[in-house]
Amino acid sequence: MPPESPTPIREFLSGARNTLPILLGGVPFGLFFGALALEVGLTPIQAQSFSLFVFAGSAQFVSVDLIRQGAAPAVIILTVFMINLRHALYSASLAPHVVRLPLRWRAVMGWLLTDEAFAVSTPRYRSTDLERAHWYFLGTGLALWAEWQLSTAAGIVFGTRIPESWSLDFALPLTFLALLIPNLVDRPAWAAAIAGGVLSLVLRGMPYGLGLVVAVVIAVGIGVALEMASRPEPPAGAAHDPD
Amino acid sequence: MTPTEVWAVILGGMVVTYATRLSFILVPRPEHLPEFFRRGLRFVAPAVLAAILVPQVFVLESGQVEFIGPRPVAAIIAAVIGWRTRNAWLAIAGGMITLWVLQSLLPS
Repeated sequence: MPPESPTPIREFLSGARNTLPILLGGVPFGLFFGALALEVGLTPIQAQSFSLFVFAGSAQFVSVDLIRQGAAPAVIILTVFMINLRHALYSASLAPHVVRLPLRWRAVMGWLLTDEAFAVSTPRYRSTDLERAHWYFLGTGLALWAEWQLSTAAGIVFGTRIPESWSLDFALPLTFLALLIPNLVDRPAWAAAIAGGVLSLVLRGMPYGLGLVVAVVIAVGIGVALEMASRPEPPAGAAHDPD
Repeated sequence: MTPTEVWAVILGGMVVTYATRLSFILVPRPEHLPEFFRRGLRFVAPAVLAAILVPQVFVLESGQVEFIGPRPVAAIIAAVIGWRTRNAWLAIAGGMITLWVLQSLLPS
């Protein structure tokens, strides 16, 4: 190991410190999730358990919204799976850097691999000295984990005092809109989004919320078809390098 | 939804979320995936997000579809702000403020 390698604790603190700006941005989401979960009829324990065990912002919002609409549990779980498939891309991107780490490290890093943790740690993994980069990732991931738990708890305690006339439920589609925009990187991605939106509007009458699943499968198919038409070769290393 | 069903959603959500995050970290062989799956991964997020948000913007509580109204207009304003600034918080705030203004102008 080169002598100038930062110590584990320095790596950890540096990861946590570089996550701070993201933490502030995430607090309102956690607050809103805690409040929304209670409004839908979950108990405080159930609401906090979502954040403790699922630990995935968009998927938690969608779950709670589908519970409100009376969707079947299997449909909700399938939807969560589809929403979180993008994490497989992050996982593939991180994989070459963690192959030689012990299983317990990989298990923890997988648990903490959120959109934000991936975004914050990606620049760190572009540098040369990666001997202890996993400590940096741990600092980032644990900071985000703590923020999500605390902001959810605060939402459970304070959130239900927000008056209905503020239409805060509308913050949810706006949040998804804000998450959608960075995904619209090329024509096939636009097509997938437009098809997903239009089809889900058309198919919304299907039972158990199945319209959403059908709409997404067709929309992804349209995206793949358009991409294959414009670029017949598989994108080189696409599964390794999502950015 | 019964408490048992809620817990099923929480535990099922935990399993599928952890499975996607752990996938390649545990078994780092992405080149062995079928081509459709590999190509399709990146379209899943835009398709799902749009499929969820569009009905919430355009379908009224009565079940009717409305293309011109406070929520569609507020969503379009938010989209323009988000596209121009790339700032999630400005987009959400802009959309909410637009909705409040329109709702106060058009008492239902």
